[in-house]
Amino acid sequence: MKLVGKDLTCERGERVVFKGLDFAVGAGELLVLKGPNGAGKTSLLRLIAGLIEPAAGHLELNGGHKDLSIGQQSHLVAHQSAVKPSLSVRENLAFWSEFLGGGDIEASLDAFALRPLADYSAALLSAGQLRRLTLSRLKLVARVLWLLDEPTVGLDDNSTGNLRTLMQDQLDRGGMIIATTHVDLGMGDATTFDFAALEARQ
Amino acid sequence: MFAIGLYLALVVAPADYQQGETVRIMFVHVPAAWLALMIYSVMAASSIVAIIWRHPLADLAAKAAAPIGAAFTFLALVTGSLWGKPMWGAWWVWDARLTSMFVLLLLYLGYIAIWQAIEDPRRAARIASIVAIVGFINVPIIKFSVEWWNSLHQPASVFRADGPAIHSSILWPLLVMAVAYTLLYIALHLVAIRSELVGHRIRQIELARADAA
Amino acid sequence: MSVLKALIRRDLMLAWRQGGGTGTALGFFLTVVVLLPLGIGPDQALLQRIAPGALWIALLLSVLLSAERIFQPDYDDGSLEQMALGPAPLEMIAIAKAFAHWLSAGLPLAIAAPLLGFLLNLDPALILPLGIAMLIGSLALSLLACLGAAITVGLRRGGMLVSLLILPLYIPALIFGVSASTAGQAGPDITSSSLLILIAIVLTFTVVVPLAAATALRAYLR
Repeated sequence: MKLVGKDLTCERGERVVFKGLDFAVGAGELLVLKGPNGAGKTSLLRLIAGLIEPAAGHLELNGGHKDLSIGQQSHLVAHQSAVKPSLSVRENLAFWSEFLGGGDIEASLDAFALRPLADYSAALLSAGQLRRLTLSRLKLVARVLWLLDEPTVGLDDNSTGNLRTLMQDQLDRGGMIIATTHVDLGMGDATTFDFAALEARQ
Repeated sequence: MFAIGLYLALVVAPADYQQGETVRIMFVHVPAAWLALMIYSVMAASSIVAIIWRHPLADLAAKAAAPIGAAFTFLALVTGSLWGKPMWGAWWVWDARLTSMFVLLLLYLGYIAIWQAIEDPRRAARIASIVAIVGFINVPIIKFSVEWWNSLHQPASVFRADGPAIHSSILWPLLVMAVAYTLLYIALHLVAIRSELVGHRIRQIELARADAA
Repeated sequence: MSVLKALIRRDLMLAWRQGGGTGTALGFFLTVVVLLPLGIGPDQALLQRIAPGALWIALLLSVLLSAERIFQPDYDDGSLEQMALGPAPLEMIAIAKAFAHWLSAGLPLAIAAPLLGFLLNLDPALILPLGIAMLIGSLALSLLACLGAAITVGLRRGGMLVSLLILPLYIPALIFGVSASTAGQAGPDITSSSLLILIAIVLTFTVVVPLAAATALRAYLR
């Protein structure tokens, strides 16, 4: 399985964010996106997820599911939590589990040690706990491609460790991860894509 | 184009003076109402083109048409009201046609408001196209329902415009006026599209400068 | 299908638990109905004459007022983005959300309306036809509210704009709704043409609204 992007151009509003971008991620590989603010890291993730249409170029998931879009085979974890404060932690996970076609709520609760908080209203969670709840969706249903936007922001050391375990599982399963980050994820061998180099080349 | 439109309007104008005081309003009113409907159709057609083929010029064409269409609708409403005062003894009557025109004005205003409310011009274009198309689907439904409502509430005693057949001495100036109006609209629309294009280019130059800075 | 069921169940739960949900819509409805006689005087005969129309206007405004919560919270907290990556297309999500909105706003309001009619001296013979017409008509109102909500989802202060855009489109539903409420004076006449046209309007919007709303949502999610 391989995700390949060729000669991608992304426009936001009337502005060209990046152009001529090529990348490839294979099964069990982690691609780390680096670059200054506004270089287009988040835009690239949203473009892969299918939320933004590329202005040029094309994107292909070789060996992926034929009837599903790339977005439907991906987890996108962005800055927004997609958590409803008036539902409990468990109810939030239960909704996404049912919505995404049945998942393992109990395993998700354990992935980031949220079990003690399971029946509390999500409105009571601290920023870090909210972030853990958002990330625990990764465990809920298996998807071949993970698109993570600054996943470690707001996490303490313990939770960062949990995230690392989760990511390693995904890679060991033959999944793919594309992550943007400003800090070292500590994930061993990872390919790095540098937006600054792309800009310099042009 | 603009010169032709003005020229025709000036040539036609003397013909109006042979008619009675109130009938003269009709030469302004009727073509304005026709144009109001036609421009909305043009706007909806451009929007359909824009949403299917993603052609940016179609978005600009639709955007440029809206204020012109709104102006013609407003003109039709005001002249209709001026005509209605001596004929019906009231500035406003809840006649089916008047009500439909009023709704049309609201649709125009909503369309313009969308363009103003959304900052990102591409997003505004998409959303405005949807508004125009949904409005277009609804215009016949609204027209039909207002007519139904009108027949329910007002027996046909108020409005009897279609009594005698239109005399040819009125018909001809009316048609010429309609042509003149259409030409005027085309001229206005072209000017408006050009100014939209220039505005678009200015924005791009500003963007390029901002990027360079 | 379980996707849509999950979505509808969640939206109903949120409508009950959060502010601006079912309770607020009912409260607003009640307030408008109470204010009306204060505005036009307590003349029983006059109130009886205008009661069906007044109730319809109040219904229309209440439904419109609660339109914002259909998509806005989900757009703001990123839920809508996640839904777009889910197994159901946005068209289905739009129709499910419109239906959830009807269950949480249109339906309770339509049930409350004939009862509140007593405050306006509503002709008792009209209670049943009014209720039936409102049950059906409020579906059209919820669908259009859903469209309005989708069109303005990314805008701050989209509320006024929704009114300007959607109220003109409410005219057919209003006209045939009121007409269906008062036409079957002798009892609920299911074959009454107004009611049939009202159903046709609902069906038209059932087709048009999801397409238009999904296109709008995609433009905002970019």
